[in-house]
Amino acid sequence: MSLEKHQTSIFIGEESKLGNPPISNNIRKLRFNHDEMTQQALADKVGVTRQTIVAIEQAKYSPSLELAFRIARVFNLPLEEVFSFDDTT
Amino acid sequence: MSYQEKRTVVSLVSTILITVIYSLVMAQRYTATNPYSAEAFHFWGAFLLILIPVSIVARIVIYIVFSIFNTIITKEKEPAFTDERDKLIELKAARNSLYTFTAGFLLAMGSLVLDMPPNVMFILLICAGLMADVIGETSNLYFYRRGV
Repeated sequence: MSLEKHQTSIFIGEESKLGNPPISNNIRKLRFNHDEMTQQALADKVGVTRQTIVAIEQAKYSPSLELAFRIARVFNLPLEEVFSFDDTT
Repeated sequence: MSYQEKRTVVSLVSTILITVIYSLVMAQRYTATNPYSAEAFHFWGAFLLILIPVSIVARIVIYIVFSIFNTIITKEKEPAFTDERDKLIELKAARNSLYTFTAGFLLAMGSLVLDMPPNVMFILLICAGLMADVIGETSNLYFYRRGV
């Protein structure tokens, strides 16, 4: 199964209710590519609970900008390669 | 179900149980025949004042028991801290709870304006407090399960 299918779409808080464009993330794929890093390991590195990582991956929570940067830093990637903004919809 | 969700359900159930049981016990002690008498006001004052510490102590005990049983049964550790998502959910739930209590408070004051007995005002205030707690905990559960 392609890991691309794991890519999830998340929305920016209240703005999503207004039909604004979504943000996508590929944290799950990145974890897989980083020696199958567990959600708990990522949570420990960025200073949140495992449930928050689960919520971000399941598109149930939009992280703050600070947390988004921390997650990107764990994978040594720029923010745009972890989170992407699709304004075509 | 995550630890936070289980804790919220326990809190919701315990809030309802504590208030209902306490109200039933206190209702049996109500002896005032005239709702405008000093005796009736004394009763309602004591009702509200005693409810606060009873509720706090009962919740602490229930939370400790839940924590112990949850650790024994699931081997799941209690989260050591609350992160940004927990705080956001807590804030949104508190907002909903506050709106509910405000509506109940206005309703209670409205009963006085409509010349209803003071008993109605006190009962509405207690119901508003209970509903505010229920709405707050339900909001917590909703945001944890459906996302925020």
